[in-house]
Amino acid sequence: MTCTETVISTEKLTKQFGDFVATNEITFEVYKGEIFGFLGANGAGKTTAMRMLCGLSRPTSGKATVAGFDVYRQTEQIKQHIGYMSQKFSLYEDLTVQENIRFFGGIYGLDNRQLRSKSDALIERLGLEFQAKKRVGDLPLGWKQKLAFSVALLHEPNVLFLDEPTGGVDPVTRRQFWAMIYEAAGRGITMFVTTHYMDEAEYCNRISIMVDGRIEALGTPALLKAQLNEQSMDGVFYQLARKAKNSG
Amino acid sequence: MRTIRFLLQKEFRQIFRNRAILMLILVMPVMQLIILPFAADYEIKNINLSVVDHDHSPYSRLLISEITASGYFKLQGYHTSVKAAYGLIEEGRADLVLEIPRGFERNLIREGEQTLFIAINAINGTKAGLGGAYLTEIIGNYSRDIRVAQVEPMRFSTLPTVEVIPSNRFNPMLNYQYFMVPGILAILLTMVGGFLSALNIVKEKEVGTIEQINVTPIRKHHFILGKLIPFWILGNVVFTLGLLVSWLIYGIFPQGSIAAMYGFVWVYLLALLGFGLLVSTYTDTQQQAMFIMFFFMMVFILMGGLFTPIDSMPGWAQVISAFNPVSYLVEVMRMVILKGSGWKAILPHLGAISGFAVILNGWAVWNYRKTN
Amino acid sequence: MGCFINWRGKQKTVDSYQLKEVKQFATFVKKEFLHVLRDRRTLFILIGMPIAQILIFGFALTNEIKNTRIAIIDHAKDNASRHLIGRIAASNYFRIQEDIMDEDRLETAFQTSDIKLALVFPANFEDNLSRQHHAQVQVIADASDPNSATTLTNYISAIIRDYQVELSGQMPLPYQITPQIRMLYNPQLRGAPNFVPGVIALVLMLVSVMMTAISIVKEKETGTMEVLLVSPFKPVWVILSKTVPYLLLSLVNVLSIVLMSVFVLQVPVEGNWLLLFAESALFIITCLTLGIFISIKTKTQQVAMLVSLMGMLLPTVMFSGFMFPIENMPVLLQWISNIVPAKWFYSIVKSIMIKGVGIEGVWKETAILCGITLILFVVSLKSFKIRLE
Repeated sequence: MTCTETVISTEKLTKQFGDFVATNEITFEVYKGEIFGFLGANGAGKTTAMRMLCGLSRPTSGKATVAGFDVYRQTEQIKQHIGYMSQKFSLYEDLTVQENIRFFGGIYGLDNRQLRSKSDALIERLGLEFQAKKRVGDLPLGWKQKLAFSVALLHEPNVLFLDEPTGGVDPVTRRQFWAMIYEAAGRGITMFVTTHYMDEAEYCNRISIMVDGRIEALGTPALLKAQLNEQSMDGVFYQLARKAKNSG
Repeated sequence: MRTIRFLLQKEFRQIFRNRAILMLILVMPVMQLIILPFAADYEIKNINLSVVDHDHSPYSRLLISEITASGYFKLQGYHTSVKAAYGLIEEGRADLVLEIPRGFERNLIREGEQTLFIAINAINGTKAGLGGAYLTEIIGNYSRDIRVAQVEPMRFSTLPTVEVIPSNRFNPMLNYQYFMVPGILAILLTMVGGFLSALNIVKEKEVGTIEQINVTPIRKHHFILGKLIPFWILGNVVFTLGLLVSWLIYGIFPQGSIAAMYGFVWVYLLALLGFGLLVSTYTDTQQQAMFIMFFFMMVFILMGGLFTPIDSMPGWAQVISAFNPVSYLVEVMRMVILKGSGWKAILPHLGAISGFAVILNGWAVWNYRKTN
Repeated sequence: MGCFINWRGKQKTVDSYQLKEVKQFATFVKKEFLHVLRDRRTLFILIGMPIAQILIFGFALTNEIKNTRIAIIDHAKDNASRHLIGRIAASNYFRIQEDIMDEDRLETAFQTSDIKLALVFPANFEDNLSRQHHAQVQVIADASDPNSATTLTNYISAIIRDYQVELSGQMPLPYQITPQIRMLYNPQLRGAPNFVPGVIALVLMLVSVMMTAISIVKEKETGTMEVLLVSPFKPVWVILSKTVPYLLLSLVNVLSIVLMSVFVLQVPVEGNWLLLFAESALFIITCLTLGIFISIKTKTQQVAMLVSLMGMLLPTVMFSGFMFPIENMPVLLQWISNIVPAKWFYSIVKSIMIKGVGIEGVWKETAILCGITLILFVVSLKSFKIRLE
């Protein structure tokens, strides 16, 4: 991880809903191929920040670029260069595995040859050969999540945003899932992950912790533990999150 | 264009996968088109008549037989008292009571005039009005017949008469089904298209898949087109099925230009689906979308001229009708199917509906935000 | 929010009974109220719908003939024809399109719906009338709408008949029978007494059947139903609790329709108000049961919606008898109409509101409605149990 090419950079990025400041002047940078953990209690403003970076939500003020594109003016270019997988499972449940892969590959502009080879490769890698013609709605949750992850990577994005990707997934699958994340990061794809599992936070290269819309800590897991004099990430998180007013 | 192809593929797969919906879309309208025109018969006949005859004379019996022979009335029975007959009205078993007073024949012949008493259940005003009119006409004919038989014909020929020669264009047999079938087809097409399109985008919102779509580089108008085209095709299928049903079952075949009719329906479907998508972009749940759509559909359909003529509406209602796409479709269907109109006759309607199509779809694309 | 205050008031009395089950039920009902009240747009439509319907039916939909566009082609152009045209123009029924003067343009005018009727005077109209005492007028009506065509032709004929009487110098005709007509219940032949009961039936059907069906299926679709079903509360009560808000909402709608009818349309309630509301409550329960039945049998909101809309609402419009006379229908459809609950309810409301009949006049219909409800309830309960196993 010696690469220092900046992929995401924000400066005083703010989102306000009426009087409520969901994201308050956050400033940080994420580098190429990095696994960046974006932590915070529920309601701390993680999802809002992430939605702004994906071009789903327009910031109130501040600056940000993703993959070199501006989040105000170039949202459509950003979308071409990112992948997104949300906590809410979002493939079409009434389409089959194969149909979902082809659909999402297709709308990202893959040509037919690429589509065929990529979807075959993907199905093989996930070991879904026998389920390829099954409706996604009939798959177990763990497989759905792995499928959604792979689909989000189909078009080789620069950044992949993962919004609590492992919620509700069993420990074995979670481990496999993280192996997939490492593998993708190794190919130079930046991973931007939100999670509530502190053991997962330890897997990240760097993490930031949000409290009440602000970034209260930023650095490698080891650095944060040292700074706050804690043995584990759990401790770090409790110490910071206790100060929160509007999270629960 | 490639994006649209993938979007279309996906939409069609979803439509065909959902068998229950597909059946409902295709079978329901056809069944309703088969059943409804039989039910929606607004021709007034079979008025239940109850007679109280105090006279029991050859004249009164002749009058009663002329009334029942007219085909409009169904004799429920004779009663000896008016009170018993009124009871029948209260129970809803009689619509009309005819009371022939004692001395009917005698008064008519000796004094040359006589009054009859008629009581009509007028809760349904239209039915009562027409029933009364029919009965008055029959009684008028009856008295004229007596006049002709009793008075020497000479005296009458000197009276000037203006004879009205009525002729009924487009539907000489006054077949009510001819009138209803094209209108009902218009309504069914509207319901199917409107509801499906209104529910579609909002379903993606509810399930959460729209989020996934929004982070992709799909262009807004591509996405809307991808939603529009499948329902547009489906609408055409439903419409064609409906035309076939009206031809095979009711023998109604468009008298005018079929090309003009399809041309209009194509633009109409665009406008309608645009409206559905617009509702979809403004709502968060399917339930909401459905009820908002339902509200507009109800106003559109009731005021669309299917049941009562738009010309009879008060001014403000006619203004609303000018903004009601359904009223244009109902009118064009009747014009082309019954009156044999072509492109030239429907041009103003086509112009208006094209305007709706552009505005509604433009609005829907504008309001569908990928970023908020 | 009024419902909340109401509900809290009730809770106190409930507490005094110390019935755990009832309290649980109240908790569920409260949750359902929250759902209904939270969705402002739907609530607005549910409450606004009956008002809009009353206004449309009351003021926009009439069969009245007024300012109908007609064309007159006068080949005679003599005193007699001009006089008759003057009479027609003076009536409020017709508006003469002056620009259509020759027969070539008639066809197009009919096709574009510029005119609904045309009157053609032959060349020597007055001559024929004065010399042969007999003249003809041709009346061509656009019969694509048969009822309008008949009515329009009748109106024209009546004007011509008056003219004839004027010509004959008011000579009294012998053997004249004068029908004396009394219009019962609705002397001005207004539409309102007929459609107000119909609108009540329609709106109740909509709120109770569609809303219940959809809101239950929605919980199935989103998975929250499972959460409710694993609660210690009996599943049947879970379902029933969903119907309470709609029962109340429906009663509010009945009240608003009846008030509109009394104060805006001036159609008074002749019979007993209490009886009217009791019968409405019965019909609402029938509809709620129907809604539950649909929700048990369907899996997605879209299907539930299409079934209750296409399968329930249209038959209500068609077979209750308020739009189209049932006695005109083929026998088979008349039979079918007997299983449509709205038909019986429509008849009940008409009897109570317009005819002022008491329970003795509607007990038969009431019994039938009770029967239908009971059957639906038993069938729903059966299929619900099967689903649970």
